[in-house]
Amino acid sequence: MIGDTANAHTFVEALRFIVDNPQLLFTKAVEQLELSGAALGIALLIALPVGIVLGHLHRGSGFAIGTSIFVRALPSIFLIAVFLTVLGLGFTNNMVALAVLAIGPILTNAYLGVEGVDRDAVEAARGMGLSARGILTKIELPLALPLLYIGLRVAAVTVVATATIAAYAGGGGLGDIIANQATYRLSGVVGASLCVMALSAGVWVVLIALERTVTPRGIRAVRVQAALGTQNEEGM
Amino acid sequence: MIAAGPVIPNFGQGSSCVTGDNLFCWDWVRQHWSDTLQPALVEHIELTAIAVVIGSTLAFGLALLAHRRRRTEQPISIVAALVYTIPSVALFQILVPITGYSNATLEIPLVAYTLVILFPNFVAGFNAAPPEVLEAARGMGLTRNQTFTRVELPLALPAMIGGLRIAVVSTIAIATIAATISEKGLGYPIFYAIGLPTPFKTEIYSAGALAVGLALLCDGALVAVRRFVTPWSRAAAR
Repeated sequence: MIGDTANAHTFVEALRFIVDNPQLLFTKAVEQLELSGAALGIALLIALPVGIVLGHLHRGSGFAIGTSIFVRALPSIFLIAVFLTVLGLGFTNNMVALAVLAIGPILTNAYLGVEGVDRDAVEAARGMGLSARGILTKIELPLALPLLYIGLRVAAVTVVATATIAAYAGGGGLGDIIANQATYRLSGVVGASLCVMALSAGVWVVLIALERTVTPRGIRAVRVQAALGTQNEEGM
Repeated sequence: MIAAGPVIPNFGQGSSCVTGDNLFCWDWVRQHWSDTLQPALVEHIELTAIAVVIGSTLAFGLALLAHRRRRTEQPISIVAALVYTIPSVALFQILVPITGYSNATLEIPLVAYTLVILFPNFVAGFNAAPPEVLEAARGMGLTRNQTFTRVELPLALPAMIGGLRIAVVSTIAIATIAATISEKGLGYPIFYAIGLPTPFKTEIYSAGALAVGLALLCDGALVAVRRFVTPWSRAAAR
C-alpha cells in the first residue's frame, strides 16, 4: 500500500521488529488491556444485574436475546466512530463503544443461565424454605455459572480484539502500530498484528483456565460446546 | 465555497450543513449516493456473499466429517474457537505478505470467521435427530446415506439456519474491517470520515446505518426462510 514489498520475508522482518521493540510493544499491550478492562468492567456492571434479574423473573426473553443479536449487527468501527463523534477523541469514546459491544454476550448469557435453571431445583429450594433471595444466590447463580463465564469470556475476547480497532479513533494500544504503516512499515504492522493475536488468544486461554479452577466440580459443563464457548442459535 | 470555512476534501460543493458538520445532512447522502455509498454497499454485499457461500460449503464438509467420525469433532472445535479469537484487523494484515493486497486477502478472513461460526451449528444440527428416530429409519430399511438426506438433514435445518443467521450478521459487521487494507465495502467511508481532521458525521452515520440495515434485513430474510423450509416447526410452535 505504501510501497512496502510484501512477501514471505516480511514475516522475518516482523519477528525482528518484535525482538527489537519489546518496550514499545509491552507499553502498547498494557494500554490495550487497560482500555479493555475498563470497558469490560462497565459492561459487567450494567449487563450482569439486568440479565440475572430478567432471568430470575423469567421475563423479557425477547429483550435479553435480542440485545446480543442487535449488538452483533453493529460493526465495531461504526460504534467506535459514533462515539467518536459524540464524545470526542480519546479514552472515553473507545471505552464506551467497547462496553456496548460487551453488553450483548454478557446480558444474554446471564439471562439464559439463570432462566434455564431447572424449575424442579427451584421448587425444591422453595419447599426447603429458602427465600427468593436465597433461591437466587444459593441455587440459580451457582447453576448459572458456566453460562455466566462463557458470556464473560466471549465478551472479553471480543473487547480485547476490537480494542485494536480503537486505535483508529485515538484509543492507543497495539492498534496504534497497525494503523500507522507510514511510520512502522509493513514489517511493524505485521509484527504488531502477531502480538495482538497472541494477546487475545492469551486472554481466551487464561479465562478458560480460570473457569476450570473456580467452577465447582458438580456443575462443570460436560458438553464440549459449552466448554469451548461455541455459539448456539439463541446465545452470545 | 471559496474560503468559506475549513476545506473538507472529497465533499464537493458542500452545503452549509456539510461545511458546518451538522448532525446529519440528507443533501450529502443524495449527492454522494451514486459515487460513494451505493458502490460501497454493492462491494459489501459481494464481500459477504462470497464469504458466506464458501464458508458454508466448507463448514458443511467439515461438519459431515465430524458427524461421521465423532473423534474429529473436538480438535476441529478447538481450532475453530481459537481462530475466532483472532482480531480481524490482525488477520487481514498478516495475510498481506502472503496474498498481497488482493481479493483473496479480503475473503480469507471472512471465510474463516464464517466457517468457525457455522461448524458447531452444523454439527449440532446433524446430531439433532433423536436415537429413536434413527432407529425407526433403520427399521424402515433406509441406508446410511438415505437416513442422512431424508431424516438427519431436514432435522438439522433449524440449527443450520440459526448458524447462518449468526454468520451472515457477523460477516457483514466484520467486512467493514476489510477497509483497513483496501478501499472496499461500507467500512471505507467510515474509516475515511474518522481520519479527517474533524470526523464527518453524515458519512459515518449513513454508511453505518446501511451496514446495520443490511445485517438486520438478511437476518429477517433467514428467519423467513426457516419458516418456509421447516413447516413442521410452525405446527409444533410453543
